[in-house]
Amino acid sequence: MIGVSTPHVLLGLLAQGSRHGYELKRAHDQRLPRARPLAFGQVYATLGRLQRDGLVAPAGQDRDGGPDRTTYALTGAGRDALDLWLAEVEPPLPYVTSTLFAKVLVALLVADAERAREYLVAQRRAHTDRLRELTAVKTDPSATLDDVVAADFAIAHLDADLRWLHTTLERVADWHREVHS
Amino acid sequence: MTELQARGVVKAYGPTPALRGITLDVAEGEIVAVTGPSGCGKSTLLYCLAGILRPDAGQVTWRGERIDTWSEAARSRLRRTEFGVLFQFGQLVPELTAAENVALPLLLAGTGRRAGRTAALAWLDRLGVADLADTRPGEMSGGQQQRCALARALVTEPRVLFADEPTGALDTLAGEQVLGHLVRLSREQRTTVVLVTHEPRVAGYADREVMLRDGVVDGTGLGIEVPSSGGPGRSTGGLGLLVGDAGAGSVQDGLR
Ligand SMILES: Nc1ncnc2c1ncn2[C@@H]1O[C@H](COP(=O)(O)OP(=O)(O)O)[C@@H](O)[C@H]1O
Ligand SMILES: [Mg+2]
Repeated sequence: MIGVSTPHVLLGLLAQGSRHGYELKRAHDQRLPRARPLAFGQVYATLGRLQRDGLVAPAGQDRDGGPDRTTYALTGAGRDALDLWLAEVEPPLPYVTSTLFAKVLVALLVADAERAREYLVAQRRAHTDRLRELTAVKTDPSATLDDVVAADFAIAHLDADLRWLHTTLERVADWHREVHS
Repeated sequence: MTELQARGVVKAYGPTPALRGITLDVAEGEIVAVTGPSGCGKSTLLYCLAGILRPDAGQVTWRGERIDTWSEAARSRLRRTEFGVLFQFGQLVPELTAAENVALPLLLAGTGRRAGRTAALAWLDRLGVADLADTRPGEMSGGQQQRCALARALVTEPRVLFADEPTGALDTLAGEQVLGHLVRLSREQRTTVVLVTHEPRVAGYADREVMLRDGVVDGTGLGIEVPSSGGPGRSTGGLGLLVGDAGAGSVQDGLR
């Protein structure tokens, strides 16, 4: 799966108006509800790098002061960087790097089709449980569109993985033969 | 309470075995997905549980009562009053408006025309298609038709809703809207749901998944029931008699 580009997301959030680190973290976790929550340290470290590169600039201090209360604003260069990033199409799955895939192959190398099948079945169960959990999140009447769209993303990927797990279960015996021929 | 129970259910179409000993319990209010590859017997199991088809062997029990031995008339009455059925598509009567379609099961059960319309309008509203009350199916999108069909399946407030690939003919978004309504309304009414699907993401709406494979519950699949009686290879009586029974026609006749 393609990783989230945290610097660009922070720039995007700053495009709505200047904020300090704490507000940025809150906005991030709210808008990307199914992402791994940002640690404060990560926010400040990222802001530091963005400032060094001239993409954000300090825009003032909150009343109570302190380094954590510095407000940051998007610079012109930051806006340009964002536009470039948005114009760039992500490479569609350039490598097949899934651990799921690797595990089945290694199971076939070190053991047999049965071992691979056991793993596939266990993984399928875990995927199914997670799919059900996310479907519940999505159908909860209090879910916001942020929640729904984020859950949708995960559900679509789990669904694709599950199809692959099903098909591979059917093929694992033949695959084992090929690996060992 | 156990809503539905299958014990060693066997069913064949002529020489083709479709179910080879299915044992399964569905609790009241539970949403169970029946999944598995095409041809594994999902629809046949649904028809047997819903009393549309009679198993060749084994038992089907609804709320403690064995229903597979009931007469066709008795099973048909059960389907009209206690069960609701939703199929992939094409269940609405094309000549009738949405409201008339939804009211149909009530009229068949003896409800008056006006009360039937009032109830139908309320259900269309719960499904977000109140504005289509006087529209005929031909002028609706697939998703709208399926919401009307769901309203019609639920208008009698059935104990059990049987849904066979209810979103199979819809695009993803329309399908999700139908499933969202189906799950929400079933939970509100404590309706038990048997949801047949071959799609993992549809099965995600259920509380539990029962996987079939070649007419048996796939015990290795998700660790649910393993067939305990009437396993593979068991004789299937009544050969040849039931070919075509599960055709769309007979199923819809059961609804009308
Ligand atoms: N009316 C019928 N006449 C003959 N064979 C049928 C009929 N309906 C289903 N079958 C066969 O029974 C098996 C199970 O079918 P079905 O229950 O429709 O599976 P699924 O719903 O999982 O695709 C398949 O081999 C199918 O070809
Ligand atoms: Mg089917």
